[in-house]
Amino acid sequence: MKNTIAERIADFIKNFPPFDQLSKEDVYTISKEVNITYLEKDKNVYLANDAPHDRFYMIHKGAIALKQNINSKLETVDRFDEGDIFGLRPLFANENYTTDAVTEEESILYGIPLSIFKPLISQSREVVDFLIQSFASNTENPFSKEMYGSLYDDDLDAVTHEKELFELQPVRYTKKVITAKKDTKIKHIGQLMRQHRIRSIIIEDANIPIGIITDEDLRNKVITGEHTIEDSADHIMSSPVLCYPKGVSISQAQLTMMKHNISHLCITSDGTPNSKIIGVISQQDITVMRGSSPTVLMKAIKRSKSTKELKHIRKRIMVLLEGFVEQNIPLTQTSKIIFELNDATVKRIIERCILKMGEQPPVSFAWMSLGSQGRKEQLLHTDQDNAIVFENVEAEELEPVRDYFLLLAKKVNKRLNNIGFDFCPADIMAKNPKWCLSLDEWKLQFDHWTSNTGDDEILLSSIFFDFDITYGDAALTNQLSEHIFKITKNNHSFLFKLGASALRSASPLGFFRQFLVEQDGAYKDFFDIKKRAIMPIVDAGRLFALSNQIKNINNTAERFEKMAELYPEDEEFYLSCSYTSKALLKFRTKHGLLHNDDGRFIELAALTKEEKMKLKRCFKTIAKVQELIKLKFNLNNFM
Amino acid sequence: MLWSFKKKKHPDFWITYLAHFDKKEKKNLHTSRFVALDSETTGFDIYKDRILSIGAVSIVGNEISVADTFEVYLKQSHFNPETVHIHGILQHGTKKKLSEEEALKQFLIYIKDSVLVAHHAIFDIKMINQSLNRMGLPNLKNKVIDTMELYADTRIKSNFIDKNIRYSLDDIAEAYAINLTDRHTAPGDALIAALIFLKTTTILRKSKYFKLEHYFLKSNRF
Repeated sequence: MKNTIAERIADFIKNFPPFDQLSKEDVYTISKEVNITYLEKDKNVYLANDAPHDRFYMIHKGAIALKQNINSKLETVDRFDEGDIFGLRPLFANENYTTDAVTEEESILYGIPLSIFKPLISQSREVVDFLIQSFASNTENPFSKEMYGSLYDDDLDAVTHEKELFELQPVRYTKKVITAKKDTKIKHIGQLMRQHRIRSIIIEDANIPIGIITDEDLRNKVITGEHTIEDSADHIMSSPVLCYPKGVSISQAQLTMMKHNISHLCITSDGTPNSKIIGVISQQDITVMRGSSPTVLMKAIKRSKSTKELKHIRKRIMVLLEGFVEQNIPLTQTSKIIFELNDATVKRIIERCILKMGEQPPVSFAWMSLGSQGRKEQLLHTDQDNAIVFENVEAEELEPVRDYFLLLAKKVNKRLNNIGFDFCPADIMAKNPKWCLSLDEWKLQFDHWTSNTGDDEILLSSIFFDFDITYGDAALTNQLSEHIFKITKNNHSFLFKLGASALRSASPLGFFRQFLVEQDGAYKDFFDIKKRAIMPIVDAGRLFALSNQIKNINNTAERFEKMAELYPEDEEFYLSCSYTSKALLKFRTKHGLLHNDDGRFIELAALTKEEKMKLKRCFKTIAKVQELIKLKFNLNNFM
Repeated sequence: MLWSFKKKKHPDFWITYLAHFDKKEKKNLHTSRFVALDSETTGFDIYKDRILSIGAVSIVGNEISVADTFEVYLKQSHFNPETVHIHGILQHGTKKKLSEEEALKQFLIYIKDSVLVAHHAIFDIKMINQSLNRMGLPNLKNKVIDTMELYADTRIKSNFIDKNIRYSLDDIAEAYAINLTDRHTAPGDALIAALIFLKTTTILRKSKYFKLEHYFLKSNRF
């Protein structure tokens, strides 16, 4: 019997090693015996110590991480991508698995039976080589890394593959060390540093490091007037210099820098200050080694030439975010950087899609990001919410113009989904003809929502009024903002309803001050931080912004900061709201990173007592802000 | 069709098929066999039009087994040139073709008592039932699930989404980023339906209210 599906599977697997070395017939024979498995994100294909399956796997769609228990912490030791195979070595060795294979995204796997594969391989020299290489190296599939090399240009090559292992790798240090003598004048030190664009300089004597001068030393000891630029280096150098041998691990180097609050280490041949200098390592080198500095990523986004590339960059943005959260970088900065990177990603996608359209847009337009992305509060991957506004056109032009933008939106939405911004479950996306409108159509739509306001209209307003332009003509979005303020000004009935809706999710704490948790579904007994805490504060922020005609500020924390400015008598209160909105977002981000999801649902059992207290403090502020809304909008009888 | 009530006159393959139902298995997602299928037809008139091909894949647990797929092409007594551009099956093409009776016989041997899964299932099952009836056989006995209903249930209940919307296979495949090569071949569409089945049931079974039986279509709809 003809087997179309086996043929298609053969078409796929024949592109990847080791199957690219087999004959067409052999690949087809194998394909006929494949099992196709679908797994959600974060599901196990197998666990360490499981007996080997009778199949190994090729990833058709998705990504797999192999995790191993290292020092009682589960760490990723390898990552696989579409077309990679994994789980083969234990089958050959007939040993139990040594790693957990976990889906990092939802995945479709091809399970290939060893019994079919084994007899075929001995006929091919290349396949045998592949397997020997594969088993000899630590990774189960050396090809996956080689492929990375060819897929990305050099800058990008430091793939975060080794993200967790990263800490244990030896540092890479600068070998060309710029040095000076202890009698070098400080002004020459400064000149040297400028010339080589470095932030520190080692003071040596016969190649032995005797001191180090950094930017900070110049600032603290020279600019302050303590020493003049004519003084010699030994007056301001720090010594002894902290030295390490080469091969010191990244984590060790980082720890030392943190412990001594310094930004540079010297590498010497025996690791003491009494031997020859062979290199220097700076805090910045470590960041660059991570390959995830915002500037590097930004460059990579702008130069990206495929959606797949962008998808990998997105993964690295997440690593960066993780680092920010771990290092406790203030959330305001974190969100700004992540927002910029996300924004650049979307922009790049739109740019590329316009090129793919083959013709320029017929009229000017703007791509609007809505909801959390519009408020610059989207740190983790969440759903995409977006819309298009285009310039007004003659009636007979309207549909052809809309058709262009719908097609463009379809392409953009699809690619956003590919890189990890899920489709909006409520279809609030630019590819939906309802949300791809001309300027006048939008104005009419907004008029309608604010004059015939029911629950749906309130919900839509709360999503659409927080728009932010991502791409295109800002004149269009500015006109829309103006319009919103015009129609909501003194529109008491609308503001009243918006106020009522901000009160809808009542206090997140139950009567006995316990957390209210979900009753059913995948998140039974989890706390829904989005619905019960973030939404109320975001709603309140929007309500105050509209009722006080605060323009061009979408971010909740910033909205409250503006309120604090407008009402100095309540400054403290509004600042606490601003703080709460940031704290909640951080909570969500942290838990999202922990569970590799959008962080919406929090496992109460996993919270420390301190975290619970913190959350409860946030709830107090929410309760207060809700009280205030009741008062201001005369909603006392409403609840 | 009077004599269709006289069970004894039914051919052996039908009796064997019926016997599979004797065990009265309570169907479940973990161990029961599901068969995702699709048929290509000469058109949408269930009386006039004919089945051109049936493609099917089996699902047990979480796995689709390529070794256990089904694919037949039927000899055409009725030819409708208007739909050739969709399914690409010519009246006298080169693919090996079976008589309607032989194809259906093999199909019954393949499906046994499995739960049938198809997108807009009513149409496919009606077409197959018509063929069976023409052979003097009664309707299929299998439980049937429509992937459209599964998908609709995974969507959030929102007023912004038209509740009566009919999601096409293309809509869902796009939403789930499922590859669309082989679209409009029976086995290709069957595989897409199978993937949608795996994906939607993974989502739906998380609710404590989930009941597989809830999705079985009423047999009077075929």
